[in-house]
Parts: sequence; structure tokens; C-alpha cells
Amino acid sequence: MPVLAAPAAAWRRVDRLGVLIALVACLGAALPFALFRANRIVPGEGLAIASALPSPEAALLGLAVLAFLAAAALRVPPAVKLAAGAGLLALACVLVGRSAGFLTPPGNGFARVAPGSGFWTLGFAALLLAADALVRLRLPPLARVTVLALALALLGLLLWSGAWDGLSLLKEYGTRAERFWAEGRRHVALAFGSVAAACLVGLPLGLLCHRIKPLRAGLLSVLNILQTVPSIALFGLLIGPLAWVAANVPGARALGISGIGAAPAFVALVGYSLLPIVSNTVVGLAGVSRSVVEAARGMGMRRGQRLFRVELPLAAPVILTGIRIVLVQNIGIATVAALIGGGGFGVFVFQGVGQTAMDLVLLGAAPTVLLAFAAAVLLDAAVEALSGSNFREAAR
Amino acid sequence: MIRVETLSKRYGEAPPVVDDLSMEVAAGEICAVVGTSGSGKTTLLRMINRLVEPSAGRVLIAGEDTRNLRGHELRRRIGYVIQGHGLFPHWSVADNIGTVPRLLRWKRAAIDARVDELLALFGMEPATYRDRRPAELSGGQQQRVGVARALAARPDVLLMDEPFGALDPVIRGRAQDELAAVQARLGTTVVLVTHDMEEAVRLGHRIAVMDAGRLLQCATPAEMMARPATPFVEALVGGAERPFRLLSLDRVEAAVEPGEADGPPIDAGANLREALSACLWSGRDALPVERNGQRIGRVTLAALRRRAAPEAGTPAP
Amino acid sequence: MRLLGAAWRIALLLGLVAFLARPSLFAPVFAPLTRFDAPPIYDGTSLLSLTLNHLALTGAATLCASLLALGLAILVTRPAGAEFLPFSRALANAGQTFPPVAVLALTVPLLGFGAAPTFLALFLYGLLPVFENALAGLSGVSPGVSEAARGSGMTGPQRLALVELPLAAPVILSGIRLSAIVSLGTATVGSTVAAKTLGEVVIAGLLSGNTAFVLQGGLIVAALAILINDAFLWVEGRVRARLG
Repeated sequence: MPVLAAPAAAWRRVDRLGVLIALVACLGAALPFALFRANRIVPGEGLAIASALPSPEAALLGLAVLAFLAAAALRVPPAVKLAAGAGLLALACVLVGRSAGFLTPPGNGFARVAPGSGFWTLGFAALLLAADALVRLRLPPLARVTVLALALALLGLLLWSGAWDGLSLLKEYGTRAERFWAEGRRHVALAFGSVAAACLVGLPLGLLCHRIKPLRAGLLSVLNILQTVPSIALFGLLIGPLAWVAANVPGARALGISGIGAAPAFVALVGYSLLPIVSNTVVGLAGVSRSVVEAARGMGMRRGQRLFRVELPLAAPVILTGIRIVLVQNIGIATVAALIGGGGFGVFVFQGVGQTAMDLVLLGAAPTVLLAFAAAVLLDAAVEALSGSNFREAAR
Repeated sequence: MIRVETLSKRYGEAPPVVDDLSMEVAAGEICAVVGTSGSGKTTLLRMINRLVEPSAGRVLIAGEDTRNLRGHELRRRIGYVIQGHGLFPHWSVADNIGTVPRLLRWKRAAIDARVDELLALFGMEPATYRDRRPAELSGGQQQRVGVARALAARPDVLLMDEPFGALDPVIRGRAQDELAAVQARLGTTVVLVTHDMEEAVRLGHRIAVMDAGRLLQCATPAEMMARPATPFVEALVGGAERPFRLLSLDRVEAAVEPGEADGPPIDAGANLREALSACLWSGRDALPVERNGQRIGRVTLAALRRRAAPEAGTPAP
Repeated sequence: MRLLGAAWRIALLLGLVAFLARPSLFAPVFAPLTRFDAPPIYDGTSLLSLTLNHLALTGAATLCASLLALGLAILVTRPAGAEFLPFSRALANAGQTFPPVAVLALTVPLLGFGAAPTFLALFLYGLLPVFENALAGLSGVSPGVSEAARGSGMTGPQRLALVELPLAAPVILSGIRLSAIVSLGTATVGSTVAAKTLGEVVIAGLLSGNTAFVLQGGLIVAALAILINDAFLWVEGRVRARLG
């Protein structure tokens, strides 16, 4: 037995998921850390960690990767894994900025340095380990939001400090900063505005469907078909009718309605949002237990009081889940609006694809992903906090 | 038939769920394992068919160590019934009953014949029920199909975990009688886990009482009521209920004596508790006893009173 | 009501087939939408070949994604892979916050322009709904049923094949349906990275201000999406009915 026990015990100290993450990190360390290009659109030359950074920094990063590998592969407390993941991510982010300054010849305005595949893979591994640790820590909703806020604040600090100014992504940003913020506002307005409008329409519709059963099947199947139609097709299909409205309804043009542009995108996004909001409202209200509603009636609550004090609060987590789905989905789909002149971060994505300038694609894609992810974390936390408080009330 | 030797199960550092437990179940016997929830009775049952692997000790079935077989092969030889039946919702009644025979690669015709035989045994018309889905059956029928499935491959041993827990009292009583009849006919060795003392007394040839992972007493119902080993067992067999439980163990024919009595007769196969109830309800001191419509004597209140006291409690068969 | 639903779907299918087979017959319908004598029917590539290409790309990506995602879901729901379960669930959840367009655009540097990056993007994005639904389906098998399966002496693979997969089938299918519909839409955007899909028609219309092109491209994609969605729903219904 003792002969067998020794390797078995060692094996128990190994974290199998962590080993997988460590392998990803090894791959990341081997791949080029930074990409050097003579100008914006020529293919670049990949540089490994040792040649992309001054030697002290390269050594520091190497040591950090080794520490990361150990923290990932062994069974250590999740807090240690979180620290290792977050630490490597932060260090890699700072150093990739340093490599820009190191690699760009002084005075050369054309040369571009971008993070290489090694940086992305290493960052991905670090994120995986941090995410795994966060999953294991089972943080309560408020703590998760705090972690998100902290991460965003660090990212903001990194950008504000100018550590990344030498990177090609920031150079792309530098030449179109004003446009970036304008498209960003447009993107947010499209995504959030459409969800707000969909809530205004969808919540009463859901309530109506809950009360009037025959309406439910018909309306939900129509919304289901609407949901199925791919975004670009729906945008296209709306161009005709909206052009007609703009031409024939007085005042429509003054409201900014036209065949192409933001209007069809906005209408289509509202259309997409209706199904999840209406159906979750119906499901949420249907899920309120009959005995609770009966008790509310028995205590002499009027219909309106029952709705606002009992049914809606109890259905809120499910309804909010619908809004979460829709918000994340619309932040993504709003990128397609750029194809019909609707603006948003998609403008940079499609421009970048057209010019084969990946930094430009990233300039559009990165904030979109960040926005969607932040919205998902925030609303997930809200849903959990809300259902938690309902549960506590029920338990009392 | 089943021999449990110093069996233990522990999870991590927590106190053991089953603690150094030894017991024996004779062939053709129903052994009812009783205990509160968390007493380890279900874990004991699941260690017999190795759904849970023991931490220490061993289980022998018909003299053979269960570890000599692979887990799934062992389980194909042992019938297993759980609370709420656990029927496969996507299979017909016939497919459900034929589960283990199919795993054992019986011939199609043999499986079909066995399914019909079992349905008939449980009073379900094969032609009507063979192709139904579990969802189309009543709770009592689902439970019967669950037992039929466990018996399909003619196992010598049947393990049952709260098999009647999900049934309402009326149907539960009928299902218990049915199980007793089927078991008597097939001679299967049964280990039945329950938290219902009434059920244990009704079905068990022997009762094993467990608490905190240990076996407190394993005895016939009559012996257990007459001489409970610990205060816990005494509380479990129930102070106020004891005389009635004792009476329910024996049939009227065991207490019959020559003589006449007035009023409607009682069947010789009824239990003594029912006879007492009939006496009290109709205000009589004696009841005429019939077997197959023939008067064979009477049972008196005095005789019932004697049998309800612990000293006279005759051991169950 | 059911009859009406079936009738309009058949009409939709027939209309689509007729339009793809003989687009010129429909020219008068689209003519009023064009200006300056622009052609009413897209003539860059035949609509039929674009449609077939679009379907092939979507189908291949969905098939590959479904197989891999199902395999992964099976792996992490086995006892040996249980360690990976909470993490992979969180990862799939986070992955879905990536907009499909971003995935598409970011695969270009790996594979260049054309069908390849589109396939990769569709494949990657298609993994998530199937994985998530397969996880929900496989871990949603009621404890009583899986206990009974184990107690009957089924081996692990037998439990998977005879009990878990059949019971999870409707939920898995609905994941594949979601994946196929998202892929169909993303493949349309794929024409911006030079994949030969129906998006080409829409984009050509947008670039030349020809509403007729935009409309016919949009209509074909919409009809395909509705019909494919319905076909999946029908199969799902059948499978669900078989489960009783």
C-alpha cells in the first residue's frame, strides 16, 4: 500500500483543470509576445518574450509565468489562484505597453507594435485561472460587482496612465478619439434605448398575455418568428417600410426616421427584444404560486395592489433575466447596425475588416465585448440579489 | 442468504454513516430495516448492491463476496426498487420491466413472455398495459411496474428503499399485501428500508432497527415488541400502539377455539387486530370464525386480551 | 389554427423554391423598388448558388459545433470530468456575451478572408448554445431515474446511451436549433469578410442604394430561418412526444 499511496497522494495535490490552464499558459509563453510592423497594414513580425522586452522585464515576466504555472497546477486555495491569475494578467498588460516603447525606433511614426498571439494566449490563461477561482469562491452578488468595478478601474488606470499609448490599438484610437466616443454613445443609445423601449411595450404586453390566455399563443408565435429572422435581414426588410414612412408621414423625417440609418436598427432591436421580455413576464407571473395570490385576495388587496405588491415583485427575477438576455444580445447585434449606416462600434469593426486593419477591428470589438460582459455580470448579480431577497422574505 | 460483515461507510472526517455493522438475512425472508432519516439505513442498502462502495467490511450473498463481481454485473442479479419508482419515462411499461433481461441479453421471446407473466402476477392485464407509458399509469400501477421491473430477471435478492413512500394510505396497504403475497409465492429474499414501523411490522419477518449508523436490534416483530433492546427501540415500536401491533402479527385461525357466537362471522385469514376491532365495534364478547364459508369455531375477547399482552406474544412464522 | 400554420409554411417554402429556381419571374415585383434602371434581381452570382453555399456553410459549422459541444458536455457530466463542470458552465456563459460579429472579425487575422474565417466563427459561436443546453439536459435527468438505471446494473456508457441522451434529446435539439439560427444570421454578415453567402445580396443593395437587392436578400434569409426553425421545432415536438 505505501508504495501505491505516494504517487496517489501526489496526484491528489494536482489540479487537473489547472494543469490544462497551465498548458495554455505554456503555449502562450512560447508564442510571440508582441507583433512589430513597419506600418499599419503590412504583415508583422512576431517577437518572443525575450526579444520583445528589455531583459529585466523579460526575466520578471518569465518568473511570473513560472509562479503562475505552479499556482495553476497545484491544489492551492482559490484566493491564491485568483491572485496568480490577476497578477499575471496585470503584469502582461503593463509589459506589453513597455514592449511598444522598447521596439518602436525613436521618432518613427509609422511603425506599429501590437500585442502578439502569445500575449493573448497568456492573458486568456490568466483570465481562465482567475475565472475558475472566482467560480470556486462563490462570491455573493455585491462582491462580484465589486470585482468587476475593480477590474474596470484598473483597466481605466492603465489607459489613463499612458502605459499603452505606444500600442497600435491606442494609435488607432488617437487618430479617431472623437469619433470613437460618438460611436460609443450611439452604440449605447441603440442597445440600451431599444431595451428600454422594449420594456415599455413588452411588460404591459406580457401582463396582457398573462391575463388573456388566447392572446398568449398567437402573440408569442409572432414574436418567435420575428426573433428567428437574422439581424441583417431584418434591418434590410425594415428599410423599405421606414423609407415609406419617412416620405409619407408628416413630421416623421423631423424625428430622424429614414430608410437607412439608426431608425431601422432601433426598430429591429426593439423587435428582437420583445420575445424574451414578453415571454419571461408571462412565465414569471405564471410562476407566482396561487396560494400567495389567494392570500393577497383574502387580505383584501385590490387587483392593482396585488399586482404591484405581490405578483410583480415575485416575478421580478424572471423578468429581469429576460432583460439581461436582451441587453447582452442587443449590445452584440448593435454592431451590425453599422452596415446600414446606424453607427455604433460596428463602424470600426467593418472599417477594419475592409482595410484588413485588425487594430481597428479590435477598437470596435473590444469595447463591445467589455460592455456586454459588464452588463451580463451586473444583471446576473441583480437577478441573484433579487431572487435571494424574495427567498428571504418567503422564509421569514 | 445475505451476510453483512463489519460493514462501515465514512465520508471524509465526518462520523461514519454506517458503523461496523454486521447482520444476516436468511433466504426467503423479508428483513425490514427501520430507522429515522440519517440513521444510515439507505446507505446500508446501497452498499449491498454496491451503489455505494463500503469503506470497510464486506457483504456476502449466497456465500459469495460481492466484491468478486463488477458493480454493474452484481446489480443485474439483485432487484432494486426505490421510492417514487424511478421508471424510465421514455420507455413503455414492457420496456421498463424488460430492462435487466435486455441488459443480460435474453432472447426477445423470453423477455416478452416474462413481461406478460409479471404483469399478470401484479394483476395488470398485459394486453392493456404492455405498451403504455409510465406517465399514463396511476401511482399504484407505477409502483407495481417498479417492483415487476426489479423482479424481471428472477433475482434471489430484492432490495427496496421506501418502496411505498409515495403512495396514499389506501393504495399503500394494498401494495404491501400484494408484495407479501408475491414474496411468499416466489420465495425472494427481501431487504426493505422504511421509516414506517407499521409497514415494518406488517411486512417484516424480522426487523432491524438502526440509529446513527449502528444496528440496535435485529429480531422478529413479536420479540422486538416483547423485549426491546434499548429505549430507542422501545420508543420506535411505540408504547401505546404495542398491543395492537402485537395482535396484527397473528391470524384469527391461531386463536380460534371451539364454540358458538352470534352475529356476522370473521374470516380465519384476518388478523387478530381486525377481530378485536369487530368485537369492540359490535359490542360482542366473541365472533364466529369461518374458513371458506365453513364455521370452524369462535374467537373470544378474552383470548384476544391474552394475546395482546407481551408474555403470550407468539413468535411470528 | 394548426392547419393555417402548416398552410402558410408550405406557401412560404413553395414561394422560396419558386423564387430561387426562377428569380426572373419575380422581377416585376421588385422593379418598383429600384431607381435609375438598376436591375431588380441580383445578378452578381446566382441566388440559388448563394443560398446553397449559405446553407452548406451554416450546416457544416452547426454539425461540427454540435458534435464537439455534445462531446464536451458528455465529458464534463461524467464522474471523471465533474471537476471541470462549474468552470465550463461559467465559461460557456461568459462566451455568449461575445457578439458573433466580433468573433467573425477577429478570426480574419488567423485565416484570412473568405469562407474559412466565417466557418471558424460560426463553429466557435455555435458551440455555446449546444453545450449549455446539453449540460442542462444531461444534468437535468431526474435523480430517481438515474438511480434506477444504476440500480438495474447499467454500465456508465449504457446509462448514457439508453437513458440520459434519450431523455436530454429535446433540450439538446433546441440547443442545436438556436445554434443553427444564430449561424444562419452570422453567415449573412460573413459576406463582409468575402464569404459567398446571401449577405452579399444585401450588402450589394446597401452599397448601391438598391432597395430591391436588400429586400430580396433579407427575404430569402428570413424565409430560410423561419423554415429551419420550424423544422427543428417539429422534430423537437416529435421527440418530446416519444418521451411521453
